[in-house]
Amino acid sequence: MNTTAPARLSFTDVEVEYRSRGRARVRAVAGVSLEVSPGQIVGLVGESGCGKSSLARVAVGLSAPSAGTVRYADRPVTPLGWRRRSGAEVALQMVFQNPYASLNPRRTIGSQLLDGVPAEVTGAARRARVHELLERVAMPASAAQRYPHQFSGGQRQRLAIARALAPEPRMIIADEPVTALDASSQAQVVNLLVGLVRDLDMGMLFISHDLALVHEIADVTAVMYLGRIVEAAPTRELWREPRHPYTRALIDAVPQIGPTARLPAILAGEVPDPANAPTGCRFRPRCPHAFAPCGEQPPTVDLGGRSVACWLTDSAAAPTVARSL
Amino acid sequence: MAPLLDVDSLAVTLPSPRGPLPILHDVSLTVDEGELVGIAGESGCGKSLTAQTLLGLLPPGAAVTGSARYAGTELLGLDPRGWQRVRGAGIAMVFQDPSAALHPMLSVGRQLTEHMRVHLRMDRRAAVRRAVELLDQVRIPDPERALRAYPHQFSGGMRQRVAIAIALAARPRLLIADEPTTALDVTVQAGILALLERLRAETGLAVAFITHDLGVLSALTTRGYIFYAGRVVETGPTGALLTAPTHPYTAALLGARPHGTQTGGTLRPIPGAPPAPGEAPPGCPFHPRCGYAEPSCGTAPPPLTPAGADRSVACVVRPHLEVAA
Repeated sequence: MNTTAPARLSFTDVEVEYRSRGRARVRAVAGVSLEVSPGQIVGLVGESGCGKSSLARVAVGLSAPSAGTVRYADRPVTPLGWRRRSGAEVALQMVFQNPYASLNPRRTIGSQLLDGVPAEVTGAARRARVHELLERVAMPASAAQRYPHQFSGGQRQRLAIARALAPEPRMIIADEPVTALDASSQAQVVNLLVGLVRDLDMGMLFISHDLALVHEIADVTAVMYLGRIVEAAPTRELWREPRHPYTRALIDAVPQIGPTARLPAILAGEVPDPANAPTGCRFRPRCPHAFAPCGEQPPTVDLGGRSVACWLTDSAAAPTVARSL
Repeated sequence: MAPLLDVDSLAVTLPSPRGPLPILHDVSLTVDEGELVGIAGESGCGKSLTAQTLLGLLPPGAAVTGSARYAGTELLGLDPRGWQRVRGAGIAMVFQDPSAALHPMLSVGRQLTEHMRVHLRMDRRAAVRRAVELLDQVRIPDPERALRAYPHQFSGGMRQRVAIAIALAARPRLLIADEPTTALDVTVQAGILALLERLRAETGLAVAFITHDLGVLSALTTRGYIFYAGRVVETGPTGALLTAPTHPYTAALLGARPHGTQTGGTLRPIPGAPPAPGEAPPGCPFHPRCGYAEPSCGTAPPPLTPAGADRSVACVVRPHLEVAA
């Protein structure tokens, strides 16, 4: 690997386990490898409980993986107290789903933004930096004197983004950043995040359950099911020609606007309990194409720029089904 | 034939510490027997308050004018006993969050049968029989066992099915569903949408479906109402409404959503923010954000006027609107 490569976030065989007394261990993330490069938006889609948020927490060092490694700028990301956090890790920032919970209700926006401004910036320059941050998220300078409750949900999320930008991050992990917002503010916040990545050459891991949105903005899309990435590909290719049956099912479940009412396709069954995950391919019990080999866990096959973990891609085993997907 | 639900010039004013707030203005809508009608708009536009009015759930001190007739009965001004006859057996409701709608400490069976024993005066055995039938109707596997289970033992989608079963217990003719799939994953949402459509087809149930998702509106409903700041701004057959909008707000909402063209992440947000409930500007409530506004738009709210086959729009400018692909 190129050691002079710019700061990139990489996951290698990451596993995250939760244990609670008297219950079986839950492997929320069961071996994920993924990379996010500067200037790149990687969309991570999947349904609730698939392990997306567990992966996000590991990515910024909020919790430790039980196996595998997370590296950022070629250094391992390790959960440390914030006092011992290295400069490199400050360059990794997170935007959460709920802007109400990520801002302190009892402090002014300005004082919260100042927290994040690097210590090297001193004196009047600190205030100026706060105003720059507010300007970047299209909020007036007067917002600095106000409190979180004085803003709408969309404005609050823009302020939470300003807070994440204060330490001059190079990589943003956005976990469902617009899920709680209305259509008009959703578009504003999404455009803001995409603009940041493009203008500042940052990387972004954009986690969402909204496939249409990820389709719109992500350069690469990774689809997660029950703790594993089942398919990852350049977004356009993934949508044009999904290779994993779960990807197909997810795309087909998105309601479309059209001249007549047309119900989205239904995927049989429910997501199994991760504590009791099926053996072999985890999607097997719900897969319309399941066949004998699926009892074994499928390897992730590299198809040149895209990867898929499905026995169907083994063309010798099931050529006709793969094509009809 | 008269519509099952006929709301005419409904206006609702809610009390607030700063004086009365007019929330709904001149709302007229109808739902026919066995019809799937959609009500769409952003948060605070009055969609949920309309539902609350139709179930007599307005807070004390609310002032209501206009008329709302269900199966010929005027609902506004009903006494508590009158409301009791309408709710459940006439109009039933399903909410966004099934966990909040179900009692966590009571078994599903108890919640289903208690309702029927009180409202329909059934004996225990008949109520249990009907409960099994209902759970089967909403496609809950193994209904007998489900009766003994508690809400937390079900997934979000299954819980919403239980909530729908409870709503259907007294054989209502109109179901008001307030964002019933917003908290659910797309694949689970697809199942609930199909369930509502099947109930409509099999039992002639009419459904008023409240949503902020235009994709869901298009996939499920045959006729739709677009709400903005407590007014209906446009109505018509859903397909026509969403493929050829005539109100600038409908067009702007459509433009703000991802349209699957991979524009590299530039959604078209609607400038500004919707007014806070009760603080709509004079004239057309959308005019401060509208790209087509003329000086006259700020004087009086435009009335809903016919605009083609079964369609009405509240806009005096009627610009030519470009529709997102």
